[in-house]
Amino acid sequence: MTSAVAGELSAELRGFREVQTLAYECAEAVAAQLKPGVTEREAARMQREWLRERGVRDWFHLPFAWFGDRTAFVNFRIPLQFFPTNRRLEPGMPFILDMAPVHKGYTADIGYSGCLGLNPVHDKLLADLEAHRELLLREVRERRTLREIYEDVDRLMVRQGYANRHRAYPFGVIAHKVDRVKERRRSPHVFGFGTQSLKGLASDAIHGHRDGWSPLWSPYKFSDHPPRPGLWAVEPHLGFRGTGAKFEEILVVTDSKDPEQSAFWLDDDLPHVRRWAEERAAA
Amino acid sequence: MSTEATTTGIKNARERRVRTGGVELCVAELGDATQPTVLLVHGYPDSKEVWTEVAERLADRFHVVLYDVRGHGRSTAPQPLRGGFTLEKLTDDFLAVADAVSPDKPVHLVGHDWGSVQAWEFVTVKRTEGRIASFTSMSGPSLDHFGHWIKKRMTRPTPRKVGQLLGQGAKSWYVYMLHTPVLPELAWRGPLGKQWPKILQRMEKVPAGDYPTSSLRSDAAHGAWLYRDNVRARMRRPRTDAYAHAPVQLITPSGDIFLSERLYDELELWAPDLVRRSIPAKHWVPRTRPDQLAAWITDFVTTNEDGIPAKDSVATGKHADRFGGQLVLVTGAGSGIGRATAFAFAEAGARVVAVDRDAESAARTAEMSRLVGAPEAWGETVDVSDEQAMEKLAEKVAEEYGIVDVLVNNAGIGLSGSFLDTSPEDWKKVLDVNLWGVIHGCRLFGKQMAERGQGGHIVNTASAAAYQPSKALPAYSTSKAAVLMLSECLRAELAGQGIGVSAICPGFVNTNITATTHFAGVDAEEEKRRQKKTSRLYGLRNYPPEKVADAILRAVVRNQAVVPVTPEARSAHLISRFMPRALRAIARLEPPL
Ligand SMILES: NC(=O)c1ccc[n+]([C@@H]2O[C@H](COP(=O)([O-])OP(=O)(O)OC[C@H]3O[C@@H](n4cnc5c(N)ncnc54)[C@H](O)[C@@H]3O)[C@@H](O)[C@H]2O)c1
Repeated sequence: MTSAVAGELSAELRGFREVQTLAYECAEAVAAQLKPGVTEREAARMQREWLRERGVRDWFHLPFAWFGDRTAFVNFRIPLQFFPTNRRLEPGMPFILDMAPVHKGYTADIGYSGCLGLNPVHDKLLADLEAHRELLLREVRERRTLREIYEDVDRLMVRQGYANRHRAYPFGVIAHKVDRVKERRRSPHVFGFGTQSLKGLASDAIHGHRDGWSPLWSPYKFSDHPPRPGLWAVEPHLGFRGTGAKFEEILVVTDSKDPEQSAFWLDDDLPHVRRWAEERAAA
Repeated sequence: MSTEATTTGIKNARERRVRTGGVELCVAELGDATQPTVLLVHGYPDSKEVWTEVAERLADRFHVVLYDVRGHGRSTAPQPLRGGFTLEKLTDDFLAVADAVSPDKPVHLVGHDWGSVQAWEFVTVKRTEGRIASFTSMSGPSLDHFGHWIKKRMTRPTPRKVGQLLGQGAKSWYVYMLHTPVLPELAWRGPLGKQWPKILQRMEKVPAGDYPTSSLRSDAAHGAWLYRDNVRARMRRPRTDAYAHAPVQLITPSGDIFLSERLYDELELWAPDLVRRSIPAKHWVPRTRPDQLAAWITDFVTTNEDGIPAKDSVATGKHADRFGGQLVLVTGAGSGIGRATAFAFAEAGARVVAVDRDAESAARTAEMSRLVGAPEAWGETVDVSDEQAMEKLAEKVAEEYGIVDVLVNNAGIGLSGSFLDTSPEDWKKVLDVNLWGVIHGCRLFGKQMAERGQGGHIVNTASAAAYQPSKALPAYSTSKAAVLMLSECLRAELAGQGIGVSAICPGFVNTNITATTHFAGVDAEEEKRRQKKTSRLYGLRNYPPEKVADAILRAVVRNQAVVPVTPEARSAHLISRFMPRALRAIARLEPPL
């Protein structure tokens, strides 16, 4: 890489990193305000307002909030069930906040898992996500096909005794590409998804289809190719008997020959990563 | 009051006599008197010796107290008998005993049959408040609750309610009999008294021994007044304030021929802090299931002493009433159906032994089982086809964890390929695990269950392949057909000992089995391809092992013989009975590989 290209890249990445940090700050701020009785809808609105106050006008998708066994998508059959409901938070309940704001043209897509008070099962799930973060990065660097990596994540989950819950997402994806979005004054969305971003995904899908790759990272044939350079929002999601946990953050894939440079997490200073480090220090 | 040497039939019991309201009660005590007091009240026609087995098991941990109800055993009878057995007088007796044995601390009450009927009175009247810490009830409802139960069904008699009334009415025949004058006394002192021990053994499966005691005939004759003095009065005018002022644990034997389980449907209204337990047994559980009773009483008393609300102390999963605290051993528990089964039992509060030949996955199952509700769980690394290893396992489990209440022989491996391609080694391998593993499990743990003589259940994971022939799975299907037949034969053999046997026959379930199945007659590469292909097909079918686990718990609760799981397994099971030719045609199909 010439330094000019590197400089340009890092300016780009900084933009993405800033919005990702902002989103995680939002998640932590909202999580701190969650109390027994708060509904999913209220939690979603709190995320929206917090980010709006900080300049977010467009979304890849509007904020979601899932409480209790909805964190594991128990009995989810249709996509509408992803939308926030009037389910109320209770002591000991797990929750997930998931949001994808667009800020200054940069997109983030994050997932934050927490629980209200003590929940040993939830703690265990969160701790076990660490192995997935390591596995994903390692295998992307090895340039394994996305489908194979997906299957390896699956196998690790099964070994851990968990169910794969990202399979419940549209197209069963564990990740999707994110891109810069043109800033518009109006930012309409369809079913919670920003039209600008959907356009980006659609055009990627069309181009990718011609060249044999897809912006969606799935268990299917169309993911039978090595990772494409770009930014991937990766979201492994574990479920265990009515409790779910995930993280979601951006993995940067480049065409560098140097394995370290060929793929890396956009930011390692995130709540779940810090938590693992703290646990290790405490142990 | 005086303390004398042992004269009751209970080993190491200290005996004393307590005077109250014109009678003298014979009271026995065991265990350390500084420990919490557990007071056991016997029923009809019994004396305190009905509790021997339970009392001895509780004596390590508690101060155990038993007494002969007035007119029973070695307590004296009131004069005259009529009017001497009212619930008010029985409550006086209880308070006198409680004050004598535990003057400063409330006692934990346990009642069986009429002992429980009385204890319901104790725990729902004002004057005992503060004297009762908890109450464990078995096979004896509150007469007041019973009265309201009947009234409710008579005033609004829907067909279902009438059915419930008639159901309990039929079970209460002896209550009407006991209301006739003199005749019951004559019967008890004559032929019935003589035959009673045999009746108990034959009908109720009560083990022979030093029970019933020699006082049976007079116990039974006097005890008839319990019914005459109380039943009619309370049925006519049940108390409206019969609310329990202590936490209640209700143990319901599902095979009780005297009491319908429906009686307790609305019990939460009367006893707000209620824990339900159910046990597959007949009426005389203190004689037939002492281990289980002692375990549940111990748990209930201990959590209560620790200040934990009863309701928060029990598991919340399905069938927790049935499996709470039981010891469940699952083989092949490191993956798929076995692991899901271990988790389902764990959620029901069972203690889980997870056995697998893969050490890491067995340990993992145990760890996660503890997280979802198992009070204890252990991982054990054993190859079920290894006879000696299984013998060691059986010894270790009995010694360290106890006698297994539910055994799930689930470990199994897949083998595919035509008969002519299947080598003798292939055959040996699949039979060693799928059949011999089950044989070892049944033999070793079944024997322990039978020797304990307190019931139990064995589940064997067969397969729909046990009755659906297929040219692609000759060896596997043969092994599973053998497991199915073994289960049916064993079921017949163990039925008399209260041990149930169930065969589970799943169809296509999304587990790891497809990735490890050996395909005979093809090279390694082709085998890999077929494993991948079948895994994807099973993945598309996507029937979760958790549903098989649910079926396994249900099979134990209902004591089902053969349980096909998944729609394809159920229809093949039907077809095998009515259109076996159709199944034979299916057997010839080429699998889509
Ligand atoms: N999956 C299906 O479609 C299906 C259908 C019908 C019946 N079954 C039966 O269900 C049972 C469980 O299978 P599964 O589908 O969960 O498979 P699985 O491969 O996911 O799990 C089987 C477990 O058994 C263990 N095991 C294998 N051999 C063992 C041995 N000799 N000793 C100890 N442990 C051993 C394995 O390590 C594994 O953890 C098997 O008996 C299988 O034949 C499965």
